Amino acid sequence: MNQESLETGDKSSGNQRRPKRGVPEGLFLRCPGCGATLYKKDVERNQNVCPECDHHFYISARDRITHLVDSDSFEEWFDNLRSVDPLAFVDRKSYKDRLVDERKRTKLNEAIVCGRAFVRGRPFVAAITDSAFSMGSMGSVVGEKLVRSIEKATELRLPLVIISASGGGARMQEGILSLMQMAKVSAALAKYDDAGGLYVSVLTNPTMGGVAASFASLGDITLAEPKALIGFAGPRTIWATVRLELPKGFQTSEFLLAHGFVDRIVHRRSLRDELANIFDYCRLKPKPSK
Amino acid sequence: MAVSSSLYLPFEKPIYELEAQLSELEANSNGKGVTDEVRKMRRDLDNLVRKVYENLSAWQTVQVARHQARPQSSDYIELIFEEFFELHGDRAIGDDKAIVTGFAKLGDYRVLVVGHQKGKNTQERSERFFGCAHPEGYRKALEKMKLAEKYGLPVICMIDTPGAYPGIGAEQRGQSLMIANNLLEMSRLKTPIICTVIGEGCSGGALGIGIGDRVCMLQFAYYSVISPEGCSGILWKEGDSHKEEAAEAMKLTSKDLYRLGVIDDVVEEPLGGAHRDHRTAAWNLKSVWLRYLREISHLSGEELVDQRYSKFRRMGVFEEASAGGTT
Repeated sequence: MNQESLETGDKSSGNQRRPKRGVPEGLFLRCPGCGATLYKKDVERNQNVCPECDHHFYISARDRITHLVDSDSFEEWFDNLRSVDPLAFVDRKSYKDRLVDERKRTKLNEAIVCGRAFVRGRPFVAAITDSAFSMGSMGSVVGEKLVRSIEKATELRLPLVIISASGGGARMQEGILSLMQMAKVSAALAKYDDAGGLYVSVLTNPTMGGVAASFASLGDITLAEPKALIGFAGPRTIWATVRLELPKGFQTSEFLLAHGFVDRIVHRRSLRDELANIFDYCRLKPKPSK
Repeated sequence: MAVSSSLYLPFEKPIYELEAQLSELEANSNGKGVTDEVRKMRRDLDNLVRKVYENLSAWQTVQVARHQARPQSSDYIELIFEEFFELHGDRAIGDDKAIVTGFAKLGDYRVLVVGHQKGKNTQERSERFFGCAHPEGYRKALEKMKLAEKYGLPVICMIDTPGAYPGIGAEQRGQSLMIANNLLEMSRLKTPIICTVIGEGCSGGALGIGIGDRVCMLQFAYYSVISPEGCSGILWKEGDSHKEEAAEAMKLTSKDLYRLGVIDDVVEEPLGGAHRDHRTAAWNLKSVWLRYLREISHLSGEELVDQRYSKFRRMGVFEEASAGGTT
């Protein structure tokens, strides 16, 4: 997935041997949306969005935070949590080695970055998954960091924004423990909801599987970046099951909007204004005194 | 219970061979009562079955969990409950036959039963999509569970699915949202919930009716984040040719899940698996459910929800690094 990373063709593919595609190395890159050859710096200045056609490229969690929140307002939380290898899982490579490689390659400790920040002076709790780290999949650490963030948002009575970029869904290398993170995070969201919280879920390319089937779908308000791939089962799995041609635009943000599962499609550039606006409409009530 | 020869699992071959020899011997000894030879062979057969089933690999366990003669929700409903009063429909889209729901009587308790149903013959299986529910199935389950909550009925969920249905219509009607919504709502349902994996417990499709105060598995059921075939295809990238290794690596047997703290109990199956003796399997299940009901049915809705939250809150394994290293 995400062969269109701005860095190199294999930045987020999880497959180092794959040859680099297009001309992303160096100064220029090719837009998969309109085919234009773009000056990389121009794209980066534009929050990794094509200035010609508004194609939304991959953006790392950290870059997104930089663009989204008021400058220097981000206070990171729980970055000391580390994945371990509870199942001693080995496929073509051991999970232990994979984790080491992912950390080195992405300079992230895990597939999610959490903390408190401000947009236009309004405080909120942010959790952002990064599809470059193990396809943005959710294992024990992603689940735990989400739950702690949700519990913090509940305690501090702050709005919660989770931005999802996960093609991996639940992380297979942690087996059933990953599946249980779906339950754990959803339960925390239920408590937050009972306490009157405001949860804005932002779906970006890609949001699939166990992530889609848990927290990503549970927003009070659901926003999506244009043309993101969002769904439960992967298009190939569906094709293999039904053997029918999939409809045009199947499982895109626009498809979800048409079927009633997304409130608004939001350009990356507009997200901070839209969030500030939503926070103003949906103000959290002060804690009831007992 | 006689199992049709077309359903023999490869590793069961020696069992069925010895069984055939035994029945021949029994037929020949007609009128002479039970001879020593017959007695010895019966003992040998028991030992063989025990030996085979004590040492099942993860993949063989998956095969047993998928066995076509394995009891399904409908069998347990028939064998365990005194009455089943089926309720249909999700009040929005339709009636998904992959999940059955209804009131039932279990001993002195009136409960709501929710269960995946795969189907027993080709026609039933196609009507029920092999137990793969669509969004309306999860919605139907939740609607009925909310009904149970309103009238204080405990909920018993039987999980037996290869996964939620991966189809065009399922995506159009919000498969992700319906599953996610069940996880959220079941976590705060103010009535006792018992979940049992009776066969296959695969991915979000299983978890969608799997949030409970007590979660248990039948001995040869499996419960997994993805099917072994799916895991093989994604991580080994060669179709399902590594499904045996994937099954082993994901630690999906009842023993593994008990060790990982994900389930409360492993419910013992009769010698040689539930498919060989539906009645004993049902009996074992019934006694565990009755114990659970005695343990939790007196708790208040708030107590249940608090304890359920703590139960799932604890799940996961990780390290917390401090500035000086990991703790």
